[in-house]
Amino acid sequence: MATTVALRAQPRAPGTLRVFGALLLRDVVVARRELPYFLVRTTLQPLLFIVVFGYLLPRMGFVGRGYGAALLPGIIAVSLALSSVQSVALPMVQDFGFTREIEDRLLAPVPMRLVAFEKIVVGVIQGLVAAVFVLPMARLIMGPIDALTGAHLASVLLVTILGATTFSMLGLLMGTGIEPQQIGLMFSVVVAPMIFFGCAYYPWQGLSVVPVMKYAVLVNPLVYVAEGMRGALTPALPHMSLWAVVAALIAISGIFWTLGIRSFERRALG
Amino acid sequence: MPDAIRTAALRKVYPPPTPRRRWSRAPAAGAPAAPVNGDGGVVALQGLDLAVHDGEFFGLLGPNGAGKTTTIGILTTRVRPTSGSAVVAGADVVRDAVGVRRRIGVVPQRPNPDRSLDVRENLVFHAAYFGIPRAAATARATELLEQLGIGEKATAKVDQLSGGQQQRLMIARALIHDPRIIFLDEPTVGLDPQARLALWEILRALHAEGRTIVMTTHYMEEADRLCDRIAIVDHGQLLALDTPALLKRKAPGGTLIELTLDGDAALALDRVREVPGVLRAEGQGSTLRAYGERGGELIPLLIRAAEERGRVVHDIRLFPPSLETLFIAMTGRKLD
Repeated sequence: MATTVALRAQPRAPGTLRVFGALLLRDVVVARRELPYFLVRTTLQPLLFIVVFGYLLPRMGFVGRGYGAALLPGIIAVSLALSSVQSVALPMVQDFGFTREIEDRLLAPVPMRLVAFEKIVVGVIQGLVAAVFVLPMARLIMGPIDALTGAHLASVLLVTILGATTFSMLGLLMGTGIEPQQIGLMFSVVVAPMIFFGCAYYPWQGLSVVPVMKYAVLVNPLVYVAEGMRGALTPALPHMSLWAVVAALIAISGIFWTLGIRSFERRALG
Repeated sequence: MPDAIRTAALRKVYPPPTPRRRWSRAPAAGAPAAPVNGDGGVVALQGLDLAVHDGEFFGLLGPNGAGKTTTIGILTTRVRPTSGSAVVAGADVVRDAVGVRRRIGVVPQRPNPDRSLDVRENLVFHAAYFGIPRAAATARATELLEQLGIGEKATAKVDQLSGGQQQRLMIARALIHDPRIIFLDEPTVGLDPQARLALWEILRALHAEGRTIVMTTHYMEEADRLCDRIAIVDHGQLLALDTPALLKRKAPGGTLIELTLDGDAALALDRVREVPGVLRAEGQGSTLRAYGERGGELIPLLIRAAEERGRVVHDIRLFPPSLETLFIAMTGRKLD
């Protein structure tokens, strides 16, 4: 079996960046094939919410017309959080499943952490895609929103990237730390409460009516994504300061990464 | 000749399973036979010293749970050793895992292709992880698939491949970046005899190209036919290491005749040892093993000897001198 396509005799070290690019390309190729399913899986629920709470209920007069302005940033936060956490956690379950498909990437001549970090980057990209998809859709369904402004796009981008990073790292922790059979349960038990108590459907200020809850929800990273979005998209409404949002997201993502990478290495290295 | 692989006092203890952390993976080598240390950890390797020469076809032979997969895991940087050292292609598996990975190809025990990609993409992307440009990788992938007889499956989904074809895809993947050392963990388990023979041919060709091949197996015949040298391991320890021919010469004299009795074999042992022509005999439970130069002629004498001690013979098996008889003599158990 003589190989006629000769490669180098002595392997030279491929650049880390180049390998990272290859890992990223693999995930982008796979994600692009699944893009419609991905969008349905991660944005259908938020969009349905918009139809009911941003379109039907205001028209029926059950909620005020202004509710849409409070809802929209939260919906975007939910969409990007859901898509980031899922796009890391779900493939991880298959990767570390029965056949350990991830092995061919773990054998790449780069530090093992780079494989995990690449997954985070993919999760952030998917979060961005979801946000970019949902924003115009929501605007379309809800009609004009007075308070909505495009003046702080840099802040929108910052919150999106930080939020997507935080939730991608949560996806790493969930995808590597949980038995595959329990991943569905984990979404019901962890992600669903996170969404409902994430100040996505109401501003954090509004929780002053139940002070205990107002401070309890501060452990929930979605609160900061939603509030950050509010500050950037509808600054006229009550919202947290951008600095608080950025600081909290950096701190929480640091915790998720520390725990997530430990869990990843435990699964990857025997 | 420089060594492709050298291990010194290599030891691996898997942590004891913690009941609270149900999601932690059970150790791969946690077979029931494996010894357990003081804290309930599973000792998979206890001080393994090995040297594999450059260009050698090296076999690791042992029963399930002997520590073969753990050894391969450590050498391929996939399992962290508890203590000891291992150097592969000049790089330390712990300190320079990246350097090791750059020079090795790995064929896993179970095919684990990337099921999100098609057959050729599996190869082209794996090559890309090693920094090989797309055009070169595609050409080499096409050629490897052709050589391994799955050229027509290049654009198929990996799920459409048979077990044997998936195994070949794994071999192609291990070769795509032209590694110096190839590791194969039980590559023929689950293959039909025809596919096994085809794989042997592929491995011989790779060896002829001058690559170092390290293969684990629990098939005696496979090790005997393919390997330059064989290490026999059990309970995480090296029992013997030599060429197949020299190992066979070490096998206890003559043919092994194994009798299965209706009860404790020890009772018949003294009488069996008196049988002329029996060089050695040992009992283990209801199994009585006698070694003699003339296999067949001893059978009636052995049956009579056992019956004289009140035992009934249920089964008789003959093993000509082989790696298997050596293995049984060394470990007291059969390979499979």
